[in-house]
Amino acid sequence: MKPQDTASAGPALRLVGLRRDYGDRTALEGVGLELGAGESLVVLGPNGAGKSTLLRVLATLLRPSGGEVTVLGCSLPREAWKLRGRIGYLGHEPLLYRDLSGRENLRFHARLHNIGTEAAEARITELLAAVGMERRADDRAAELSAGMRQRLAICRCVLHEPELLLLDEPDSNLDLEGRELAHGLIGPVQNRARVVVTHDPDRHLPEADQVLRLGIGEMARLS
Amino acid sequence: MTPSRVAFAAILGKDLRSELRTLQSLPAMALFAVTTFIIFRFGLDRTQLSGSLASGVLWATLLFAAVLGINRLFVAEREEGGFDAIRLAPIDRSVLFAAKVAALMVYLLALELIAVPVFAIFFLDSGTALLPLISVLLLADFGLAATGTLISSMAVNSRARDLLVPLVLLPLIVPLMIAATGATEPLLALGGPGYHRFGTWLMVLGLYDLIFGLVGYAVFDFLLED
Repeated sequence: MKPQDTASAGPALRLVGLRRDYGDRTALEGVGLELGAGESLVVLGPNGAGKSTLLRVLATLLRPSGGEVTVLGCSLPREAWKLRGRIGYLGHEPLLYRDLSGRENLRFHARLHNIGTEAAEARITELLAAVGMERRADDRAAELSAGMRQRLAICRCVLHEPELLLLDEPDSNLDLEGRELAHGLIGPVQNRARVVVTHDPDRHLPEADQVLRLGIGEMARLS
Repeated sequence: MTPSRVAFAAILGKDLRSELRTLQSLPAMALFAVTTFIIFRFGLDRTQLSGSLASGVLWATLLFAAVLGINRLFVAEREEGGFDAIRLAPIDRSVLFAAKVAALMVYLLALELIAVPVFAIFFLDSGTALLPLISVLLLADFGLAATGTLISSMAVNSRARDLLVPLVLLPLIVPLMIAATGATEPLLALGGPGYHRFGTWLMVLGLYDLIFGLVGYAVFDFLLED
């Protein structure tokens, strides 16, 4: 999957006064930042501060209620369709079908992202090896542990070589070995921006170019 | 953008593979239909049906059996994150509608492969009506699949999904059932198939299919929005 021209034209993310409401409740307010291509943003905050909501807005899964949001040069929500396929999103749900095997799930996502059969097989084999899942790749997702499903979800997230990674607690359910293996796939890479939501700042802050702290009922603070 | 035919094949293939592996919908639909025919057979105390009664028994049974499949059509997408995966992929979201209609059509045709012969064995003295009945089944199946997919996608996010689907679907499907039973009635007439107003009812079925196919295709993108 080739990065599109708009990717290199400006920052990976530009947020000005981002707000997101759920009915009468405001989940996010006054979020502003600019993240360059290849930079990492770490998002911290207590439960309910709006971290996952922020990621879902950036992933085009939620519409912003106010403010300006530009992701990879595309203004949201107007140009959301241009972003599809350019973002790798790892949320709380692994987005894997329980009745399909890990390999079948990855093949399904590869076809949705228009990766040719041969290229997809090679990429899937490479990713499964990278997260130590070759031997369990043909087991149904329902039969895998939560940590193994997370490893597969990480493979799904980077399968199409996205330009921006949105990672919501990427280490959750992973053992130490899994964290190290996953880091090889979702760690910092030149020209690939990352937004990482985490409750483990010790692990992710050393890699951060910027840190966004969200608080309940408070303005977001960027450092 | 991923070509629509590639995305369509991927989603349809995924649905059929899951169903073959888990058999969550089809056996229940078929069992329901066969059980209902048995109930009609003993409830009506008739070994032979014809005309409007035969047509009504057949279509009422197929419709309620179809509702079982329609209820489950989007459950995997809702519970396993398929909606998000499809919204993140570079595909026309209407492809999901088309693939789900096709999957439901396959379920309905498989159901009818079992239910219609059982109906013929229980209630018909000959199978001569079955060949022309295929055109009615195909047209009615498409309308039922298009409307069912649309309603199922709206109801799946509700906890009252099992209640909402029949409540919303059944009123919308009334014109389709009138046309399907109208077209089937002369085929199952006493003394052999007739074709009185058969073509007119087929056209009504076609018109219904066209309207609900286009409505579903047009609005489905908005239904997936936040």
